Amino acid sequence: MSYLGHVMVHLRKDLRLEWRSRDAINGMLFFALLVVVVFSLAFDPTAAMSRQIAGGILWVALLFASIIALNQAWTREQRNRVLETQRMAPAPPSALFLGKAIANLIFVAIVEAILAPLFAVFYNLHIIGQGWLLVAVMPLGTWALVCNGTFFAALGLRTRNRELLLPLILFPISIPALLGMMQATTAILSGEFDPGPWIRLLIGYNVAFTAACLLLFETVLNAE
Amino acid sequence: MQRSRIFGPVGAVWFLLTLAAIVYATRLGLLLAPTEATMGNVARILYYHVPHSMLSLVFPYINFAASLFYLYWRRRDPLKALTADAVAIAGAEVTVVYGSICLLTGMLWGRVAWGIWWTWDARLTSMLLLWLLYVSYMMLRKLSATGQTHTLAAVLSVFAAIDVPIVYMSIRWWRTQHPAPVFGGGEDSGLDASMWPAFAWNIVAWALWGVLLLAMRYALERRRQEREQEAALQAIEASLEMAQ
Repeated sequence: MSYLGHVMVHLRKDLRLEWRSRDAINGMLFFALLVVVVFSLAFDPTAAMSRQIAGGILWVALLFASIIALNQAWTREQRNRVLETQRMAPAPPSALFLGKAIANLIFVAIVEAILAPLFAVFYNLHIIGQGWLLVAVMPLGTWALVCNGTFFAALGLRTRNRELLLPLILFPISIPALLGMMQATTAILSGEFDPGPWIRLLIGYNVAFTAACLLLFETVLNAE
Repeated sequence: MQRSRIFGPVGAVWFLLTLAAIVYATRLGLLLAPTEATMGNVARILYYHVPHSMLSLVFPYINFAASLFYLYWRRRDPLKALTADAVAIAGAEVTVVYGSICLLTGMLWGRVAWGIWWTWDARLTSMLLLWLLYVSYMMLRKLSATGQTHTLAAVLSVFAAIDVPIVYMSIRWWRTQHPAPVFGGGEDSGLDASMWPAFAWNIVAWALWGVLLLAMRYALERRRQEREQEAALQAIEASLEMAQ
């Protein structure tokens, strides 16, 4: 089976699992909604102000929500010692990682697609800048979160405080990416400055860390 | 089994040298160097703050290099790999200590010179993010399961090393787009020649001190590893006796 074939098998398995339980997406969706509501109560923004802060709030909500899904992503594999079996399988370990990361990307993207209209309604958003650029920023930003998040979730899988450890190591590493996606989104919403450099930053971040994740995943999976 | 010593004769000589250098450098900085023109005696914190911030950018390289050696030796030569891991943790902890001192003394200086404790200026922000990265490295070492700590920490160190240049660039972009509310801290836009001896001596003294800390932390970690190995050996011997 080709590398791509292995990735597709892992991806299909994760999508099927999620389709049957819908734990991750429902949990994320409700959590992100709660964060959005709490923030709008806390700031009570006007339309002009909401353009300034909405980019930040949207990504913070998605960041917290994706932590929920990421923490569950590998726990599923631990039931019935599935992960041990996969370590013995003759498939490349990075294919397992890639399949899982793409599945998480799809879950978070679904949440974004449902959340974005709600977000626009709650914050009275009218996009002033080039709105179509969001089509580039959203997947790039989501991949930056999900790729490293899936990796660090696997890294913390056998630790005592798994749920605690993931944000503690994911947030510091992700700060430049978070800055990039928040600045790019704010630039698009407010139209005050050019989002170009921030999109390039996100692309560079994604390329560097996707390569690092693929190269080092085997080490982490077999870290004993 | 002989335990490795933490403080041998070389360490003692080094310690005395370091102590002498710190005393001499502090005397130069606090008493002998000329008073700075605009800030007065307050600016003497320069001789403490700047060497620490420069050195806190050096120790991460030690951590990163040791982590790479660990990953290389992990399967090939586990005993050497453990040595590299001890260097890595020592490097990370000294980075956090020096980074904390840099941030704290910087805040004290900023309060007097700028009138505020903190500003989200490019250099302050990147330093804080570097500090956060290494604190998260130490958290991972604390929280991860015993058998895996070395490998996972080495992997995180590689990630941190990739992150540092991206952080540096992104923060600079961030701050050029939104001009800083307070001036961007141009304190060393040229140091007067009469201040150089005090400055250079302080760098030497605090570098010696940092290396001493690094070596002691390394020796402590080696001791801990030796105890772990001893305990494992005893457990194996005990299980063999039971089998007989």
